[in-house]
Amino acid sequence: MKALFALAWKSLLNRRASVLLTLLAVALSVALFLGVDKARTGAREGFGHTISGTDLIIGAPTGSVNLLLYSVFRMGNATAEISWPTYQELATRDDIAWTVPISLGDSHRGFRVMGTNHAYFEHYQYGRGQSLRFAKGVEMDDLFDAVIGADVARELGYDIGTPLVLSHGLGKADFGSGHENRPFRVVGILAPTGTPVDRTVIVSLEAITAIHVGWETGAKNPLSDSITEDMIRSFNLTPKTITAVYAGLKRKGTILRTRREINTNKGEPLMAIIPGEALAELWSVTAMAERALLAVSIFVIAVGVVSILTSILTSLNERRREMSILRAVGARPGHIFGLLTLEAGLIGFLGALLGILIVHVLILIAGPMVMQRYGISLGGTGPGMTDLLTLLAVTGASLLAGAIPAWAAFRRSLADGLSVKL
Amino acid sequence: MQPETAGTDAIRVDNLRFAWPGHPPVLDIERFTLHRGEKLFLRGPSGSGKSTLLGLIAGVLSPETGTVDVLGNDMATLSAAKRDRVRADHLGVIFQMFNLVPYLSVTGNVTLPLHFSPARRAKVGKDAEGEARRLLGRLGLTNETLLGRRVSDLSVGQQQRVAAARALMGGPDIVIADEPTSALDADARDRFIELLSEEAGRTGAALLFVSHDASLARLFDRAVDLSEINKAGVSA
Repeated sequence: MKALFALAWKSLLNRRASVLLTLLAVALSVALFLGVDKARTGAREGFGHTISGTDLIIGAPTGSVNLLLYSVFRMGNATAEISWPTYQELATRDDIAWTVPISLGDSHRGFRVMGTNHAYFEHYQYGRGQSLRFAKGVEMDDLFDAVIGADVARELGYDIGTPLVLSHGLGKADFGSGHENRPFRVVGILAPTGTPVDRTVIVSLEAITAIHVGWETGAKNPLSDSITEDMIRSFNLTPKTITAVYAGLKRKGTILRTRREINTNKGEPLMAIIPGEALAELWSVTAMAERALLAVSIFVIAVGVVSILTSILTSLNERRREMSILRAVGARPGHIFGLLTLEAGLIGFLGALLGILIVHVLILIAGPMVMQRYGISLGGTGPGMTDLLTLLAVTGASLLAGAIPAWAAFRRSLADGLSVKL
Repeated sequence: MQPETAGTDAIRVDNLRFAWPGHPPVLDIERFTLHRGEKLFLRGPSGSGKSTLLGLIAGVLSPETGTVDVLGNDMATLSAAKRDRVRADHLGVIFQMFNLVPYLSVTGNVTLPLHFSPARRAKVGKDAEGEARRLLGRLGLTNETLLGRRVSDLSVGQQQRVAAARALMGGPDIVIADEPTSALDADARDRFIELLSEEAGRTGAALLFVSHDASLARLFDRAVDLSEINKAGVSA
């Protein structure tokens, strides 16, 4: 076996140009397959780890996936809001232990702004029950204090004390978009979480009300600039509406009943969702596309393996003399079969290995950009069981594919006898 | 595989008849023998069936009728696997075109038979490269810098010596040489045959040298004309 392996290796080196091309075809197909799989796994893990310990998310009636996306992942927008009195009713329900009100709609240089209160820092959990932790500074205390996520701090180069201006809506501009007359100051920077929290600017609910003084009609009143900060501080800044509520129950067993009761609320129409359930619904929507993408990448791998078969098959004729020589010096047909199968297996193995290497180098290079742009963490998906199984599957498939030209060479070596004079 | 009998014949062909499918017989030989340790010259014009006879002796072809006894093994009745084993353990073959494996070095080519025959490997011991060097040296290839080079970089004469060393590697009982000197001038040819005979004699191997050139007969113990023993007498 060792001798055959050495022969196969030297034979491949002898045809290094064509072998390298075949190897590259296999490598790229494996990289595509693993890339798709890792993006899928990264997205699922990222989404799954974004929120934990929250039993219900409550918002205005909309689709459950939509409510989950805008309230947790900061994707899309709320179609309606919940009134503050309704929120207070929810917060005082007997079966609810805690609530976190959140208010969305503004932004800062492309990062979403979220209004909330102290309860957010106390109850919001991600990953496996991890709470938010401050890398620097503290929670908001003053009306115009802001806490920023790790990515906001890193990308914008912000530190404690940095002033910032919020924009009305989701525009990227700092000035001329509405709230430049109400500057905030960074008082806290959160430690990285690998969730959309890292890309969020957090202010108090009262601050959200404060910056919208003069915006009651939906557009900025020109006279609002004449309202001073001191005047604003003297106003009642209790929000009139909020976007959504995270809620924790006193007893998990009541979750379905509580959800039903909220969904059939007699007053303001509401919608309560269980985060895990809504996430499962989201995956069921994307599953079809995922399967199609995986199927395509599997077919691409199949094409890579077929290219191994083709390259060996086309080289068989020019290698007839080589096979005859081997037979003459004592190689049995099984050796010829083994040699060619081994060559195919080696190309498949090395191609898959190169593919795995390519995909991990790409993740290393492009991972931060994917995280920034799509919020999908690829960094945590290092070489693992999928890579090993892919390596084994591609090697196995290559060995099987190699059996076809190997069988042809085996038959030909019997027919050619000892001396082929080509 | 050890010879089953300890007779005096290395090869004994009796009442051999062979035809390619759909064609008239190529070989019809009543008797042909090569004694152990003998150096036999088998002459025959091109297309007389020499290569077919060698294929039958080596066990890659099977006769229609008759026996091909190689060191006590009837190749006609042995299974394909056993024929392969006899060839690997007891036969060394030199071709007209030398037929070296182009991607192996000189040493890699010479030691190649050892990979397929535990028996020959055992005879050589652990220092296969040393034995290859020794054989090549005896055959006149003394330049050690050549040993690691690919055979495609060598001259025709050097390639021929590598082919001979490969056939002799591991001390086979029979060395078959199929027109190995056709590309050489007369002096080089005679010198090569002398070296090959010497080395075969040193290991006690029988040498079956096949050529169309009748003038070579003087260099061997005995000569046989294939056209005289082959009653089929048609072109192969």
